[in-house]
This record gives sequence, structure tokens and C-alpha cells, in this order.
Amino acid sequence: MSFPDEFKKYDHKEVLDRILGKSAQDVERALQAERPSIEDFQALISPAAEKYLEPLAARSHQITRQRFGNNIQMYVPIYISNECTNGCVYCGFNCSNSVSRKTLTLEEIEKEALTLHRQEFRHVLVLTGEAPNAVRNEDLVAAIRKIRPLFSSISLEVYPMDVAGYRDMVQAGVDGLTIYQETYDPVLYEQLHPYGKKRDFQWRLGTPERGGEAGLRRIGIGALLGLGNFYIDTFFTGLHGLFLAHRFWRTQVSVSFPRIRPADGGFEPLYQVTDRQMVQGICAMRLLLPDGGLTLSTRESARFRDNLIPLGITQMSAGSCTAPGGYSHQDEGTGQFHIDDDRSPEEISRVIRAKGYEAVWKDWDAAFLEENAS
Amino acid sequence: MDALIIAGRSFHSRLLVGTGKFSSNQAMLEAMEASGSDIVTVALRRVDIDNPDDYMLKHIDRERYLLLPNTSGARDCEEAVRLARLARAAGCEPWIKLEVTPDPYYLLPDPIETYRAAKILVKDGFTVLPYINADPILAKHLQEVGCATVMPLGAPIGTNKGVRTRDNIAIIIEQAHVPVVVDAGLGAPSHAAEAMEMGADAVLVNTALAVSPNPGMMAAAFKKGVEAGREAFLAGLGKQRKFAEASSPLTGFLRDEK
Repeated sequence: MSFPDEFKKYDHKEVLDRILGKSAQDVERALQAERPSIEDFQALISPAAEKYLEPLAARSHQITRQRFGNNIQMYVPIYISNECTNGCVYCGFNCSNSVSRKTLTLEEIEKEALTLHRQEFRHVLVLTGEAPNAVRNEDLVAAIRKIRPLFSSISLEVYPMDVAGYRDMVQAGVDGLTIYQETYDPVLYEQLHPYGKKRDFQWRLGTPERGGEAGLRRIGIGALLGLGNFYIDTFFTGLHGLFLAHRFWRTQVSVSFPRIRPADGGFEPLYQVTDRQMVQGICAMRLLLPDGGLTLSTRESARFRDNLIPLGITQMSAGSCTAPGGYSHQDEGTGQFHIDDDRSPEEISRVIRAKGYEAVWKDWDAAFLEENAS
Repeated sequence: MDALIIAGRSFHSRLLVGTGKFSSNQAMLEAMEASGSDIVTVALRRVDIDNPDDYMLKHIDRERYLLLPNTSGARDCEEAVRLARLARAAGCEPWIKLEVTPDPYYLLPDPIETYRAAKILVKDGFTVLPYINADPILAKHLQEVGCATVMPLGAPIGTNKGVRTRDNIAIIIEQAHVPVVVDAGLGAPSHAAEAMEMGADAVLVNTALAVSPNPGMMAAAFKKGVEAGREAFLAGLGKQRKFAEASSPLTGFLRDEK
């Protein structure tokens, strides 16, 4: 069974009613559970659990420390193109935005990569928009091969591919995939994606498992918080993560918590996700997926990020720039969104240390995939 | 304490320590020091093996510790073998803690892939220390292909649950011709002592030290636990009995009857 099939079994209104109907007792039971069920997860993200934020955070902290130790794994995004044929209304790359467009050449990509390598980064996330005339699979393969000697782990956050496409990426040396559903509400999804290939909700929903099928080692999912209803999107993100972890038992699932940021185009969030809700979502996800990676990007403020370090987060980006060419100050294009935490990687790693954690720059080795990669 | 002999090499300490999950490299080094350990294991995925300036590699004194690289993260035999060879090519001693854990969730060792990799690596001249589930038959197979130890888990890695696989570990200890190192799941010095009292040759501890608020003090406590357990084993523990046995036997009067 695929996740789109699993997804069909749920009636959204019923799910929301169940979450809103959870009681304090349900929350207490969920907090006590050795392995919380999906029902328990509904209780943990419910309004009834808002009063239990402290015990929820304590549990999340304890599980995370036990499983991942006092480590935060560092990564950085490299945007190689902001050209896009989609019309996602919340995104700075939206093709109707008249912003400067750029696709980096291989030499420019290498320059960016060298800059990041000098900053100690060994885990990178390569990003593009979706523009088949600007970046095709073979262009990505060439880019990955170019930068591969510099990094121990390369993940992609690009347009969805078919299984064969992801196999080509694995062959080239990619070990991870990040793909956000944006929202799990199909009606809203259609409104937010008025045209372009991304409009196909089902195709996107099945993307993480196509990556799993192709043998990717790490798959990251998430909903863009601020688009849809917080309870619905958090619930289905959890359900999706659990599905992927069971189905692809050799692949590590991670969940990101991107909250919508101001971007060119002036989109305003449709749903305000508060800091408290965000913390609740992160900690509840930790209880549901004790071994899952939980990722926090520089979209969030420095203060908020610092305080989230001990609560369940395992991966953080630092010093990020969302514009292609931005690290080596090449003739850069416009960024995807405005980041909030603009501290340097060294500064962030100092903060991590002050919190009693170690910033880990390398936690993978390209040699794992050597035979695949050519 | 009597020496631990692995593959003809003698070690004073029967406590092996890991290097992951610590809050800082300083905390890790303090724990290593306090543990009195002679063998420290390092995940190859965490270090830049070809880089002499790699912090962890640079700060582990190889005169003092045997640096035991491990293949943590390897999903199958081929990946583990590749990693082991890379470590050797980079100048590490040809000792390898073989870990094949395809499931990133419970990190349980894959018996089939571990066995395949062990065979290849032993033939390749490595001293192989495989991490396994507490499976006595697998332990025999690994011993037969020439592994230098077997390292059964006490409980799933990082759980601090102690020697949950006690009955199977007892069988492995009873039957093994190579040292048995109880690896994974030991959360307290009393767990380490328990494994040693059972006759394990050594234990390996990481999470319990790394996530302790005071890793150095915890390492010292584990050192004592291991020593106490070993000495108790050597001294010979009294047997546990179901019924009390009076020091003046109740049937003593029958001794006279021929």
C-alpha cells in the first residue's frame, strides 16, 4: 500500500474532531505511553495538551538525549537555481514574481561548495526550483559529482522525480531527500498551487516513498506551517513519517518544521502557528518518532532556535543563504524567502556548545555509497 | 585485575568505551581518562579518517589507547567492508568493530550481513570484533570464521536497560572460545558488574557515559563496576538457591547411617 492510499482512509473533518475532542486524560495517557500510538499523537498535538507543554518537552528532551546524545548535526543549503515554472503563491520563486533569476554554472556551484566546505560544512542540502528548461536530472547529477569530493553527505530538496530519477541521484552520490507536502489539505493545496507541475497533490504525496524505493538513506518530510490547519497538517505529517519509517525500514525519516516566512510576492500566512504550537508539534513528533531526525532551519529567530536546541531537535542549518550564488557573493539571484537567524556557523556552534551540546559537522561518509556512486 | 587478551594482545582494562553522543570533545576525553579503558571505539562516519587534523583522531592518544574504528551506519556487508578497508588504508591498525545496522531505528545488528562481512574481513587480515544480537548460534558461527571476540548486546543500543538478554548471553559465555564483550544497553555500573559477574570478558559502554551530567564521574563508576564484577566472578559467586540452606543441616543426623 502507498501513502496516498493510506491517506484516503482518513476523513479530515473526523480527524480534526477527534483531535479537538481529546481530553486531559487522553493527554496524560499519551504522555505515559512507552510507544505512543497515532491516537496518542492526536492527543499530544491537541488543544488539551497545551497545558502539558512542560512535561511534553521534558519527555521529548529525555528521549532525544538518550537516542541522539548531546549532539546537533549541522547542515547548510546550497541553492543552485531559483528558476521555477510553478506558481506556489507563498514562495519567492513563484514564476509570476518578477525577480532576478539565476541558475548557477558548474563552476559557480563549485565556488559555493568550496566556500561552505571552508566553513566546515560536510552535510549539504542542494536546492532548486522546478524548471525543466533550467535544471534537468542530468544537470543535478553533474552538479553532485562536481561537489561530491567536498562533502560527506549530499541531500536534495528539488522538484519531485520518479523512482528512476532518484536512482540516478543515488548513483551520483546523493544520500538524502527532503520533500515537503506543504499542506496535507488537498483543497487548500489546489488553491495554493494554481498552475505548474506542482499542482498534482497525489504525485507530491507519493514522492517520499519513490525516494525510499530508490534506496535513499534519509528522507525528510514536513508541512509548511502557516498554510493549513495546524492540527491537520501536524497529524498527517506524523502519519506520513510513521508510514515511511515502517515501509522503508532501512531509511531514516526526519521531519522538518518550516514556518512560513515573508517572501517576495507578499504572501501572508493563512493560519497563525504560535511558538507554543510549534514547540508542541516538535515535542509530540519526538514522542511519535523517537528515532526520527527533527530539523530546524534558519527561518526561525535566533532566540527561538536556541531555546529549541534541547527540546528534540537533531539537525540545524546555519549561516544559510536562500539565493543561488549567495555564499561566494557571485552575481546572485533573489532568495526563496528571508531568513531570520543570520548568525554565522561559528556563532551558532558556540551557542550550541553553551547549551551543553556538540555541533557535529560530519556524521556520514561518502564511502558508504561509493560503489553506487560513479 | 587479570589481563584481557584479544587476538593475542593484552589489555589491562576490561571496560571498552565509545566516543559518540558526548556534549563536547573535552567531556569525551575526560570520560576516556576516568574509565581507565585501553580500547576506544570511534565511528568512521564521524571522523575524517584521512585528515590528520581531525579533532577526535588528533586527541585520542594512540600510544595509550587502541583506536578501534567501527562501521556504524553500514547497511550491508559491502558497506562495512569498504569502511573497514578505508580505515586501514588511512593508517589505522587492522582492528575493526563490525557493526551492520540496516535499521536506523533500533540499530539492531543484521546477523546475515554481519556474518558475511566478518568472513571477508577475517580473510582480509582484520581482527574482527562483531556487534551481534545475543544469539549463541551466530556467536559460534562468527567464532568459527575467525572473529577475535563476539559482542552481544545486553539491550538495544542506547536504552540503558541493562542485561535484558541475560539467558542467551549466559549461553554465549558458556560456549565461547573467544572473549565475550557485552556491548550496548548497559546503563548503570551495576549492569556492567552483572555482565562481568556472569563471566563476560569485558563490556563496552557509551551512551551511559555520554549522556550523564557528569561523564567523567560516571566513567569512573563504571570502571569500579567492571572491576567489582570481574573480581566477584574470579572469586566464585555463591550459587543462588531457591530454598534456604541451614548451616546446620536438618538431615545431618543421617550421615551416621551407613
